[in-house]
Amino acid sequence: MVERTITITDDTGIHARPATVLVNRAGGFESDINVEYKDKTVNLKSIMGIMSLGIPKDAQIRITAVGSDEEDAIQAIVDVIKNEGLGE
Amino acid sequence: MGNINGIAASSGIAIAKAYHLAVPNLSFEKRTIESSEEEINRLIEALETSKKELEQIKENAKKTLGDEHAEIFSAHLLVLSDPEMINPIKDTIETEMVNAEVALDQTANMFIDMFKNMDNAYMRERAADIQDVTKRVMAHLLQVSFPDPALIDEEVIIVAEDLTPSDTAQLNKQFVKGFTTNIGGRTSHSAIMARSLEIPAVVGTKTITDQANKNDLVIVDGIDGKVIISPTEKELQSYQEKQGQFEKQKREWAKLKNEPTKSADGVNVELVANIGTPEDVSGVISNGGEGVGLYRTEFLYMGKSQLPTEEEQFNAYKSVLEQLGEKPVVVRTLDIGGDKELDYLDLPKELNPFLGFRAIRLCLERDDIFRVQLRALLRASVHGNLKIMFPMIATLEEFRQAKAILMEEKDRLISEGHSMSDSIEIGIMVEIPSTAVAAPQFAKEVDFFSIGTNDLIQYTMAADRMNERVSYLYQPYHPAILNLVHHVIEAAHAEGKWAGMCGEMAGDSIAIPILLGLGLDEFSMSATSILPARTQIRDLSKAELVGYKDKLLSMSTADEVEQFIREKTNQ
Repeated sequence: MVERTITITDDTGIHARPATVLVNRAGGFESDINVEYKDKTVNLKSIMGIMSLGIPKDAQIRITAVGSDEEDAIQAIVDVIKNEGLGE
Repeated sequence: MGNINGIAASSGIAIAKAYHLAVPNLSFEKRTIESSEEEINRLIEALETSKKELEQIKENAKKTLGDEHAEIFSAHLLVLSDPEMINPIKDTIETEMVNAEVALDQTANMFIDMFKNMDNAYMRERAADIQDVTKRVMAHLLQVSFPDPALIDEEVIIVAEDLTPSDTAQLNKQFVKGFTTNIGGRTSHSAIMARSLEIPAVVGTKTITDQANKNDLVIVDGIDGKVIISPTEKELQSYQEKQGQFEKQKREWAKLKNEPTKSADGVNVELVANIGTPEDVSGVISNGGEGVGLYRTEFLYMGKSQLPTEEEQFNAYKSVLEQLGEKPVVVRTLDIGGDKELDYLDLPKELNPFLGFRAIRLCLERDDIFRVQLRALLRASVHGNLKIMFPMIATLEEFRQAKAILMEEKDRLISEGHSMSDSIEIGIMVEIPSTAVAAPQFAKEVDFFSIGTNDLIQYTMAADRMNERVSYLYQPYHPAILNLVHHVIEAAHAEGKWAGMCGEMAGDSIAIPILLGLGLDEFSMSATSILPARTQIRDLSKAELVGYKDKLLSMSTADEVEQFIREKTNQ
């Protein structure tokens, strides 16, 4: 399992448009990818899952990936977060 | 058969079948089912049909609104494929042996409640997205048709309670021949959009959604503010004639397209247009506009999930300026707040939004937003004849502060090596009575005034223009309004500045002779009003109208003014 911790910097937090990009990206990997925020863990391949966390600005989130392509998967997700200006 | 009166919002005659843009009846009964497999198949079918529709809406939105706006439909599509959403519905069907409608409703409500209870206003708004998507699936389960303006592919008249800006943005002029609504007035959002789309519209009919049935033949008479449902053969004929005459009249007007606007005694005034997007400019040019008197920049900020970038704005402003070449373009800086909200700014709800935190008040506090717009404008200024106008200015300090921010950004851009025009005029909207009264003081510091009558009238008369019960107080010809307008024009001229008007009043055939007599320099109106106005002004003698000025200003009532003008100008 690999994991990364990220701080959200976008003013509206993880909102619909970047969440869509994240889910679509996650769907391309075989690994199970999860997001953890405030003791709640959801599947990153689910838009309802991510949106239901209501992740605001300044939130610390933990992303984990388990599976054959876990390294690539987590890197791809972190890249999306950076490119979308969501966090660092 | 029936004849309904409403408010003429956009002129012309449209004849086509009624198309109801309303949420259909989605009520359902709870049933115990025999086979969960059958029920799940029904669910999957409804989901697939909904997805296909959303794909098409997304494609249409890309074409008409751009990629950015279309993205929200990608999110909607993901919801319909989301295991977190779909599996609980299937589970409920299997374990409780209930019909798919019940299961869908339960699961969706669980998510909707969850979103509604979030701290962040943006997330709370997402409940509406889930609702939207769920309604579409529910409609397919119940096999009732779900209206979608972007999916219309035959000639129709849209019949609705009201149209939101995003509804109107999805209308395809090729098929949507006209529209009519229960609520709204001449200055409501849907009316303004109808005029810029150049489709006939009658609003404020109160009952049209109850009276017109699906597929009824409907005539929308946007000239006299009437809607005729299932017309008789005779009525149909007479309206086809009226439609023909209107088209003929339009061709007559078109002859004046490239003529200057001159009164009968040879005085020039400027007729310019109000626009909302770069796409509106073609209508300005085809209607003989001499420039843009009001570019409402709010549309760049609306219907999206985040603020537009400097680059996005720069491209829009550049496009408008380039299309108009030497002709003047007055850009109004962001006028948000009041009745125009932006979800992503998360502004607190106000009891009295029109008197609250809006326009320049918001921009001066959130100068991070304001500066981005000013930078984009300054950079675009090299591409045409730009004038910048600040909205809702109430005090000189506000104007000075806004101008100082503009100058700071100008210096910063110069030091970054950008070039820009050095002859940008900076003016203000006069829409608050205090500013109209203090116009002589303002005139020393601004380059121009543009009188925004929609707001000036509602603030002067203390009557909400959206409230139908006090709409009788919306009186453009009231002597109080005329005196304010006159005062502003005189103040401008005393300092060698110009005064324009960008409210609906500027295109009104009763107001035009009055304003000409009061000395107004620039009239900004819907593009489609320009040629009729030019035709009218060519028959008016300015000297004669100036002679009526004192008499008009001392009249007692709006009726008296209107009667007098009608008599003198044979209307």
